[in-house]
Amino acid sequence: MKFTFRGKRVAGMLTVLPSNERTFLEDMKAFDFPEAKSMKLKTVMGFDRHRLATPETCVSDLSVFGIRYLIDRGVLQAESIDALVLVTQSPDYLMPATSNIIQGRLGLKNDVFCLDINQGCAGFLVGLMQAFLLLEQESIRQVVVINADVLSHRVSPKDKNSYPLAGDAACITIVERSADGEMIHANLKMDGSRHEALMIPAGGFRLPSTVETAELRDVGDNNWRALDHLTMNGTAVFNFVQTEVPPMIESLLRDAGLSSGDIDYFMFHQPNRFMLEKLADRMGIAHERMPNNVVEHFGNGSGATIPTNVTFNLGAQLRDQSLRLCFAGFGVGLTWASMVMNVGPLAVCDTIDYTSEGVAA
Amino acid sequence: MARILDALRDIRPEQDFAASINWIDDGLLDSFDIMMLVSALDKAYGISIAGTDIVPENFKSLEVIGALLRKHGAEP
Repeated sequence: MKFTFRGKRVAGMLTVLPSNERTFLEDMKAFDFPEAKSMKLKTVMGFDRHRLATPETCVSDLSVFGIRYLIDRGVLQAESIDALVLVTQSPDYLMPATSNIIQGRLGLKNDVFCLDINQGCAGFLVGLMQAFLLLEQESIRQVVVINADVLSHRVSPKDKNSYPLAGDAACITIVERSADGEMIHANLKMDGSRHEALMIPAGGFRLPSTVETAELRDVGDNNWRALDHLTMNGTAVFNFVQTEVPPMIESLLRDAGLSSGDIDYFMFHQPNRFMLEKLADRMGIAHERMPNNVVEHFGNGSGATIPTNVTFNLGAQLRDQSLRLCFAGFGVGLTWASMVMNVGPLAVCDTIDYTSEGVAA
Repeated sequence: MARILDALRDIRPEQDFAASINWIDDGLLDSFDIMMLVSALDKAYGISIAGTDIVPENFKSLEVIGALLRKHGAEP
């Protein structure tokens, strides 16, 4: 499905990371796996360290912290926020929506559109598309998109396929109307018939959590996990990405009348370094133009990974200048989406640490 | 083929690859082994094996891996 938007812009971006950091060397101790082999895995996949929320830290905590940071610095005015779009797979509760909780904790006005979207790796783009659609309404002039997850709480520490890449984060993107008529091109595809490739089987209404679903099981390849944990068919997801993403980007650039050389950076979701390098090679893009260091530094924060990629790698540039960026997200659903747009100069493009005391580092 | 065997021995030194005709079905290589093998072969032969070719059936035997390398312009 193709989309075009006009008269919209990203005004600022902020990434909030839990200050709790764990290294791959610490993770290795929990794996039933030879140390030498783990070290090879570290090199090829780009695993090094990741940020994990403490058990008591929820999505609304990270999100409220980030929005308060922006309000305190005058980047956001509380009364100007007309919509909160929260993209998460790890809500505070099954009900009510976590976006409502964030609105309440911040004391925002009642004239605000709060919406939770259950999306993951493509969630930054789904959130932006939703924000652009909301901005078509006369009453909505500013949307705050939040991509936040604490999914590490649902990843088995004894699952070497998933745990080393788990990462928690909240990213806040301020989206507004723009006077310039620059066209934004995007596309989005979904295939629910392959939903089992990436899921948490238990904990919903189909299979409620029980003592049995919490029990660790030997799932092969020296991995142990419970039905309450995230499960990923790595081979299926890898092949899905390598097959679907390059033609999606070709189609997007063709629709936008652009070539690969017109793009300053390809800011993609980052499951691991190996997957990104293979994508870049297939698309004929130099590795430097497709940063792949987010997993290495912070872990894969699901929908937060693309905005983390932007604030961490391009923060200094985007505060002063405009860049033409091509975004792509791919994963749970299965969902894959991409967007090309000019971004910057931004009022804020920072990466900060969350502390429960409320002081940003 | 010697470089392929070197890479395999480095990744799974405990396996007897000569004793199996299908390394995937017999459990000699798992998905992470395949990624590490691809990374090693890319370096050894100066190629980049296409992501769409990184599927288990392309790594089930020495002959099949050899054919994959030839497809990417390398002489195993």
